[in-house]
Amino acid sequence: MASPRQRAARWRYVQYAVLVVAVLVIAFVADWGQIQRAFWNWELVKEQFPRVLTIALKNTIIYTACGFAFGLMLGLVLALMRLSSVGPYRWIATGVIELFRGLPALVVFIALSVGFNLAFPDYEIPFGNLGVVTLALGLVGGAYMAETIRAGIQAVPKGQMEAARSLGMSHSRAMVSVVVPQAFRIILPPLTNELILLTKDSSLVYILGLSLSGYELTKFGREGMNSASNLTPIIVIGLCYLLITVPLSIVVRRMESRAERAR
Amino acid sequence: MTNPTTDRAAAAIDVQDLHKYFGDNEVLKGIDFHVPHGQVVCVIGPSGSGKSTLLRCVNLLEIPTSGKIFVEGEEITDPDADVDKLRSRIGIVFQQFNLFPHMTVLRNLTIAQEKVKGRKKDEAVEVARANLAKVGLSEKESAYPAHLSGGQSQRVAIARALSMNPDMMLFDEPTSALDPELVGDVLAVMKDLASEGMTMMVVTHEMGFAREVGDNLVFMDGGVIVEEGDPRQVLADPQHERTQSFLSKVL
Repeated sequence: MASPRQRAARWRYVQYAVLVVAVLVIAFVADWGQIQRAFWNWELVKEQFPRVLTIALKNTIIYTACGFAFGLMLGLVLALMRLSSVGPYRWIATGVIELFRGLPALVVFIALSVGFNLAFPDYEIPFGNLGVVTLALGLVGGAYMAETIRAGIQAVPKGQMEAARSLGMSHSRAMVSVVVPQAFRIILPPLTNELILLTKDSSLVYILGLSLSGYELTKFGREGMNSASNLTPIIVIGLCYLLITVPLSIVVRRMESRAERAR
Repeated sequence: MTNPTTDRAAAAIDVQDLHKYFGDNEVLKGIDFHVPHGQVVCVIGPSGSGKSTLLRCVNLLEIPTSGKIFVEGEEITDPDADVDKLRSRIGIVFQQFNLFPHMTVLRNLTIAQEKVKGRKKDEAVEVARANLAKVGLSEKESAYPAHLSGGQSQRVAIARALSMNPDMMLFDEPTSALDPELVGDVLAVMKDLASEGMTMMVVTHEMGFAREVGDNLVFMDGGVIVEEGDPRQVLADPQHERTQSFLSKVL
């Protein structure tokens, strides 16, 4: 009879073997020439540059950064309102959170662009499309982040607030200097998630009907795909998304381990 | 309490007919208690006796249900009292230290000086270093709380409270969360403070400290003060049956 450890090892070899076989089968069955023609046409790849970086990647980053910055502020305000002892603050915050967390981001984009124009024909959201994107991504992201931030604040031990108040700090001073900084350390991983989600949601800006200079990655890739009847541009912009999100994950993991050491 | 009126006029802390409910549960059932200037009053009693609640009421971490509390003659239970200002004059040390983990030791000691007292950074650092030296932890000023032992943490917490130049210090079971071999360092710091004339209210299980350093000993049980008096006398010859039974278990 094999020992449990030997059996576990044998089982793992079976898993590796299955994986290798699957990869070999796919590699053998696939028509690599066809795949390369459809997905990785070198001429088309070269054509995407430099505009995929100077316009599309840049815009995706700008839209996401603006939306995230606004969303973070909104989320913090909403979280503090939800934790307030003042009833109306709590009710308003709960309403806003439920509304924008429950609606698809696309619906929020439509409401803020088309809807806003129809409702207030004489007014405009400032900063044009960037203003609309910031607002829409910020509202959706903020509603999600509010709940995360609230959980983070509640995860900070009660003694921290008590110690701060005992030193004579006001409630808001204690929040700003003592509780919220600790809360953000706790929620760094879920906030990163939210930033990555917003990066992808920024593609919804296409609904605004942009000109070339406003294209972000997805819109840029779709236009490229349509004009070339080839998927290469989509692959290129897909890689560009990873160019944003993977380094982001690495940076955050570094920050986490540094925070861990200070603990 | 031979002469309550004159005692009270000089009291740093004066608690009158204090009642505190948590829901339907009456935790403090009419407490009259005072700490004269420059004296050390120790409060002992079984867990659940209300001794920590009494201490926390003195700087309004718990809001009394009824009764009055005066600190340095000012009524802090008055709804118009400036609670933040008052708290900045009362140092408090918790069982769980409650150091701010995201700041260095030095920053733990300076932040409230700057944000509450409005001291300049240089002055705050100077005060902080003096207090760190006092508790014997000067070399730890750039460490984070996570890298301190329990005894070191509690001494930093004491230094943090002292850096606000408080009129009095409250200690809420300061050594109960410590490993036995670390208790002595903390008690030594507290003893130094007492000998400098600091007004102190100490909720504790350290009978030795109460006997040696305390000017007055209060025994609480079931939300009332059962017995109080000179610590040596109360510990050696308790008058009340409940005090006797408690002391027989802990001594």
